[in-house]
Amino acid sequence: MTTPTDSRGGDPARVSRRPPPWLRLPRQTLLRHLLLAAVAGVLAFWLSDNVGAFTDLQLSNVAAYTIALAGLTVLTGHNGQLSLGHGAFIAIGAYSTGLILEHTSLPIIVVLLAAMGVTAVAGGIVGIAAARLRGPYLAGATLALAVALPSVAIKWSSIFGGEQGITVDPLTPPSSLGLTFPPERWVAWLALLTALIVLVLLANLLRSRVGRSFRAVRDDEIAASLAGVHVARTQVLAFVVSAACAGLAGAFFAFNVQLVAPAGFPLALSIALVTGIVVGGIGSLVGAVWGGILLVYLNQEATDLAKHFHISAAAGANGALLAYGVLLIAVMLVFPDGIQGGVRRLARLVTRQ
Amino acid sequence: MHRFVSFTLDGITNGMIYAAVAMALVLIWRGTRIVNFAQGAMGMVTTYVAVSLVDRHISYWVAFTVALVAGLVLGALVEVTLIRPVENKSPLVAIIVTLGLLIALEASAALIWGGRFRSFQAPFSIVGLKVGRSQIALSPFDIFTIGAVLAVMVGLLVLFRRTATGLRMRAAAFEPEVARLLGVRVGRVLTLGWALAAVAGSLAGLLVAPKLFLYPNNMDAVLVFGFTAAILGGLDSPVGALVGGLVIGLALSYVGGYLGADTESIGAFVILIVVLMARPGGIFTRINPRRV
Repeated sequence: MTTPTDSRGGDPARVSRRPPPWLRLPRQTLLRHLLLAAVAGVLAFWLSDNVGAFTDLQLSNVAAYTIALAGLTVLTGHNGQLSLGHGAFIAIGAYSTGLILEHTSLPIIVVLLAAMGVTAVAGGIVGIAAARLRGPYLAGATLALAVALPSVAIKWSSIFGGEQGITVDPLTPPSSLGLTFPPERWVAWLALLTALIVLVLLANLLRSRVGRSFRAVRDDEIAASLAGVHVARTQVLAFVVSAACAGLAGAFFAFNVQLVAPAGFPLALSIALVTGIVVGGIGSLVGAVWGGILLVYLNQEATDLAKHFHISAAAGANGALLAYGVLLIAVMLVFPDGIQGGVRRLARLVTRQ
Repeated sequence: MHRFVSFTLDGITNGMIYAAVAMALVLIWRGTRIVNFAQGAMGMVTTYVAVSLVDRHISYWVAFTVALVAGLVLGALVEVTLIRPVENKSPLVAIIVTLGLLIALEASAALIWGGRFRSFQAPFSIVGLKVGRSQIALSPFDIFTIGAVLAVMVGLLVLFRRTATGLRMRAAAFEPEVARLLGVRVGRVLTLGWALAAVAGSLAGLLVAPKLFLYPNNMDAVLVFGFTAAILGGLDSPVGALVGGLVIGLALSYVGGYLGADTESIGAFVILIVVLMARPGGIFTRINPRRV
């Protein structure tokens, strides 16, 4: 590709390489993100409408993981704070949902917003502590949170239902959709729509002044504070945004599993989330989608394999965990950009020819 | 009063175990500025090795020694294969690698040995001794626990302070470039540090198992407690690790004893946050904490 006569510069080549006007994305950030989201939404709608109840449940799990991973990738990839305790925030969101539905009959949108709000407050509290911590200290403190939180549910079992947890009634689709409409598809629609909204909002946030200050703090705190960025406030904000996403994801996990119990939020969940963003590509929102697909797919694949070889479901679950561990190490050692990094490289190769 | 004495004795024994984990974390932190989140899981795996040997009617002491040697080998292996390539990258990378190792080891243990709780017979009774007519919360196994951790601590201290290898290790941790110029093979010294740390971690695993049962993630909470102890001691100081371990052991024993066993990990989280907020450098450190 590189010839000695290549020294005349890349400009003419670059002009000819630009796609024709009708293929170009709009330049306004919001418009571009909305357009992409609309395309993804139509695809997701078509997909969810043409599959069975089980796949709808899977889609809704992918959407829930994507929401949580998108939040975590903003925190870790753009703000440089690694949280090993995001499983705890998912638990807070799920428990809030379970408790609200147990005691009230508020509309679903209010329940989702409330679960998100409660988790955001919790994230703010942890974030204030986290803003003073760096690297391994922050990782250790959030790890302690992930280990400690299930004990809260067991200790105050009169509120949180102890080991048995709280059962969550399945969501009923609105009657306008007809009586035979599968409830899984309704939850999948809600989850996919929420995931798209979250992705558009986060994509805009990252392109804004706030997103730039996130990255400024990540790259050099001293330089950022000299440039007028309030370092601690920025870090707490990133934590709140990220926790709010985890809480929203937790609400959807509560609807999907229809049970909120301490055993559903082990340390392995927090590590699975880190696996999701690392393998998807740290810092990339599209990577969060890859990560969500991967986590759900790996779990399913492991369960299927276990069934195929007639070994217990627990062994299958451990197979998935083993895969997470190996993937985490392998991606970090040889492929640090993750899936989205690979996709980008591939796209660059294609457009160059 | 009797309850208080029991909790205190319990706290000291547990504290020694946390001190061993903290010591392992400190050793690795001093050498490579990495917190090894897989430390507990590595100790869990070597304890499973010991249990499998005991199951085959091999003497406890042989199994005990084999587990410690297995720890030594595993530590060196992990450093050479996984940590060496990421040593000079961003600290996030090393954390994620040890996290991957943690989950991979736990899942492998569950696949190989099964996820169920297993008892691990110790050669000493775990029933409390009798003083006069009342039974106290200090069993022969507890005395062995305290003695074993102290022996390892003293051994490491002698190694660091009195031998040429120890001097090389301190030099490599303190100023790697200068040490390398003076002919210290820094890479090899770091491997040794990881190996010795893994021995301390394996010891903790062996000592926890008879009390808490052995299962693939039985060391999760112990790792958090050990980390809290190491932070309390400053993450840089071996003596701090010992004192931190004892303080955490006692504190959690009182918290668990008076408020219920489920509250121990909540207590550890609260202590960790309070220490990190109030005295981020721990109580023993001489280095000023990082400020922006």
